[in-house]
Amino acid sequence: MNLPAMRAIYLFEMARTRRTLLQSIVSPVISTSLYFVVFGAAIGSRIDEIDGVSYGAFIVPGLIMLSILTQSIANASFGIFFPRFTGTIYELLSAPLSYLEIAASYVGAAATKSIFLGLIILATAALFVPLRIEHPFWMLLFLLLTALSFSLLGFIIGIWADNFEKLQLVPMLIITPLTFLGGSFYSIGMLPPIWQTISLFNPVVYLVSGFRWSFHGVADVSVAVSLAMTLAFLAIFLAIVAWIFRTGYRLKS
Amino acid sequence: MQTIISVSGLAKTYATGFQALKSVSLDIRRGEIFALLGPNGAGKTTLISIICGIVKASAGSVRVGGHDIVADYRAARSLIGLVPQELTTDAFESVWATVSFSRGLFGKRANPQYLEKVLRDLSLWDRRDSRILTLSGGMKRRLLIAKALSHEPQVLFLDEPTAGVDVSLRRDMWQLVRALQATGVTIILTTHYIDEAEEMADRIGVISKGELIVVEEKAELMRQLGRKQLTLHLQQPLPEVPPALAAHRLDLSRDGSELTYTYDTRGEGSGILALLEDLSAAGIAFRDLQTTQSSLEEIFVSLVKDGP
Repeated sequence: MNLPAMRAIYLFEMARTRRTLLQSIVSPVISTSLYFVVFGAAIGSRIDEIDGVSYGAFIVPGLIMLSILTQSIANASFGIFFPRFTGTIYELLSAPLSYLEIAASYVGAAATKSIFLGLIILATAALFVPLRIEHPFWMLLFLLLTALSFSLLGFIIGIWADNFEKLQLVPMLIITPLTFLGGSFYSIGMLPPIWQTISLFNPVVYLVSGFRWSFHGVADVSVAVSLAMTLAFLAIFLAIVAWIFRTGYRLKS
Repeated sequence: MQTIISVSGLAKTYATGFQALKSVSLDIRRGEIFALLGPNGAGKTTLISIICGIVKASAGSVRVGGHDIVADYRAARSLIGLVPQELTTDAFESVWATVSFSRGLFGKRANPQYLEKVLRDLSLWDRRDSRILTLSGGMKRRLLIAKALSHEPQVLFLDEPTAGVDVSLRRDMWQLVRALQATGVTIILTTHYIDEAEEMADRIGVISKGELIVVEEKAELMRQLGRKQLTLHLQQPLPEVPPALAAHRLDLSRDGSELTYTYDTRGEGSGILALLEDLSAAGIAFRDLQTTQSSLEEIFVSLVKDGP
């Protein structure tokens, strides 16, 4: 392993976060705070407890998951897309680095950023609602696995996209709607039976449910199924990245 | 001289079906400046992109410093520095950050003293904290060289290093390349500026339509392929070349005042003596004479025209 090279990429990516602090950290925190104001205070005050949890506290895991999914994808996809766009990718490809090391560095940096962001949102949420985390180990595990999985997806999107529009396509048109419809702001048990069934085809339901269980001990689906689904995402995205490595898809002609 | 890069039967066909390289074989000697000449689309960039690991070869093999570029890519690539043709930089980074990043990418430990020397040599030290987007085109070009040198490579590829730069900067660049060679770095430059190759190279390879037409010492190439011309300025203009001189295949200028004789330096004799004797016998006197040698550009044009 070329660890110094991986470290160089990792630190380079983290430095970019510091340079774009407003966009990377402050902006998601402000938008999350607005969610709390709107859903937690304004609307939430008129909603009864869900599964014994106040509505404000109930939506915290969903909000964190929303940020983790979108930021993991955005960070990793931009990280690898930008050198492709500017042409500086030649440096990565001509360096004594394996594809695995390149991907691990970008994905590691993106996951670090989104986990950091998730923890900031958690701290922000604590200012609005009383919070307790029943299973902290599982909370961190779900956070880590989800950040890694969706950073891998971001890396794939960053390789696939050949313009900025495509870069936004998957997060805007697929991930965000699935997250909103995946029980981030409600329990799917509140839906009519037919929509409950349809919701089970939404993979984000399993991510949100497992994560919410780690906070409040309540879940829409079994925790084991949530964990299995999270690991399945990781495996699928790893397999796609491995295929990209093998074929040099969009990296090497 | 020891070989540092050995290219054997290298071929590349892109997905579009375009055959960019057709079984190219080439040895680059350690410490030399090798100029790869060729018109646009000849395969120069494809060749160096394969050696550097950016493009996959369809067939053939390359060894750098004895290391296969596929099986032992880490060892091979760590010997190479690449300066691309395009000014591709991270516009928002500082000069120092991007040079440090490049060194890190090659797994080298931080060495601020070495990087300072590189930046000073390239007159970039005063701009080390500047964002790249604030640099001029010439500075960006030098920065790309600094990045390529940041990991102390033994081989430096310069892909069209002076494309689009002014005359003064070109001279500076040539000086820099010579200084690098003096430190033992092997330099391979691609160019379509003939004067650049003529000025810099120890050896020259000419590539056309994916094939290496010729590889030769620069002086030898010019000696072998160069033609000389003898121009005679006549005392009295001639209406036409006299039949007695027809065997010399002379060209007469429009005003009849100059006779030009073209001869091949590879020939056993130049034929000048016989010409002068025949001129004297024909009673043609001249007041001055001069010889000219074909430039590398003329040789290049002739090679590419006659090439595959």
